[in-house]
Amino acid sequence: MAVTNIIRAIGRRVVDAVWRIGVVARFFFLTLIYSGSCFRRFHLIIKELFSTGVMSLIIIVVAGLFVGMVLGLQGYETLKRYGSESALGVMVALSLVREMGPVVAALLFASRAGSAMTAEIGLMKATEQISAMEMMAVNPIARIVAPRFWAGVISMPFLAAMFSAVGIFGGYLVGVVQIGVDEGSFWSQMQAAVDFREDIMNGIIKSLVFGTVVTLIALFEGFDAPPTAEGVSGATTRTVVTSSLAILMLDFVLTAIMFRGA
Amino acid sequence: MSLNSLVEIRDLNFTYDKRPVLQGINMTFPKGKLVAIMGLSGCGKTTLLRHIGGALKPTKGYVKMDGQVMHELDQDGLYAMRRKMGMLFQFGALFTDMSVYDNVAFQMREHTELPEEIIHDLVIMKLHAVGLRGAQHMMPSELSGGMARRVALARTVALDPMLIMYDEPFAGLDPISLTVIGDLIRRLNDALGATSIIVTHDIQESLKIVDYVYFMANGVIVAEGTPDELRASDKDFVRQFVHGEMDGPVPFHYPGVDYRQDLNLRA
Repeated sequence: MAVTNIIRAIGRRVVDAVWRIGVVARFFFLTLIYSGSCFRRFHLIIKELFSTGVMSLIIIVVAGLFVGMVLGLQGYETLKRYGSESALGVMVALSLVREMGPVVAALLFASRAGSAMTAEIGLMKATEQISAMEMMAVNPIARIVAPRFWAGVISMPFLAAMFSAVGIFGGYLVGVVQIGVDEGSFWSQMQAAVDFREDIMNGIIKSLVFGTVVTLIALFEGFDAPPTAEGVSGATTRTVVTSSLAILMLDFVLTAIMFRGA
Repeated sequence: MSLNSLVEIRDLNFTYDKRPVLQGINMTFPKGKLVAIMGLSGCGKTTLLRHIGGALKPTKGYVKMDGQVMHELDQDGLYAMRRKMGMLFQFGALFTDMSVYDNVAFQMREHTELPEEIIHDLVIMKLHAVGLRGAQHMMPSELSGGMARRVALARTVALDPMLIMYDEPFAGLDPISLTVIGDLIRRLNDALGATSIIVTHDIQESLKIVDYVYFMANGVIVAEGTPDELRASDKDFVRQFVHGEMDGPVPFHYPGVDYRQDLNLRA
């Protein structure tokens, strides 16, 4: 009897998980289908670009600077053992452009903008704003979800690029200005080793994928949140946890596809 | 459907989670009239309103609005029908990221191609009608409960709907705001030539302004009539409700196990 109950409980969880994936997929397709109107009224996306992208800039810039400085320090200590200090610029740039930029920027984006999106939409639901919109014959997916979705997708690559650029500057400050690595080697080796298509484009693709996934999770969790204080707080937590895990998992998958044997 | 009625409800049944919420509801809402649906909390009033708005599908029966059966409409049809409706939510449901002005202008911008100058004039007129023209630049967080309800009312009638629904419009208001909102509901209904449905349990305020009342309890209609007929009614439920009496068919105690048993006392 106990075994039957355990199997039944596992089965129920699997069915629930599959059902939820289906609901998220439906939500994603509806968002795409109803995206036309927000592109015709681009000011709706611009407004969201400000709150999701521009307002995330400070945390991205500060975090990028410190990550770059740490990379500069750690990279120098490691490269010094092999007498390759002059390759510090390459190491900092490739680490940031290929991995740290897209991944850490996406993690910060999930915590700052993703959680805010979930809480905002969850509260709109709890205070009947979404029901009011539906009663006014305005589709909430077209009016609320789609502009936020595209703002997230558009802003993520720019935030990742900003993170990498500031991070490289942080590495330069520590490596060149503080430790005294040759400035010419730092920049010239970086320029020679970093490939636009292999490194920068792949970084942009990663950040686009992360932006899509994080924004989708944040919007869905907000839209699906039970309309109570507890429901909204739970949804916000789920957004950060699920997005973070999804980013790290997808990063492995994308890295394996992009850089295998490179 | 009668030519004189805008909304007709026939044999409406709704079951949620195997629990009957509405059972055999029959109602008629004549054009130009203000009709109240009253009853205790949880008796199915708001569920009924959601059926009229097409947000829920009945288990049996139908709601017909302007000749169309609501639950048979596809999304485009439903949205077309909702453009003829306005709904005031319990606490206003104003969009918190928009100013008072933008809240009232919202539907005009969404559903019309009107130039911004005309929208401006219309918004000012709607806000003037609810006495809040001077609050046009304020944000919803800066408004009192009564003011928020009045802004929501201006937004509800922004496109001059033929049907206006009010979900507990008097909840949580001070006595002055309550009278103001009640007066506005009556005046707007008459000025727009609309039909209004008020879902409420505020008996005294409602009876002052409505033309007809349906009383609901446990998902069925238990009484109906004009305010004068209900005031004079000798039905126990109506008397208890109208006069706010503690004793009557509505018990004070929620059903539970025997009191002595709960206190672990022997008989």
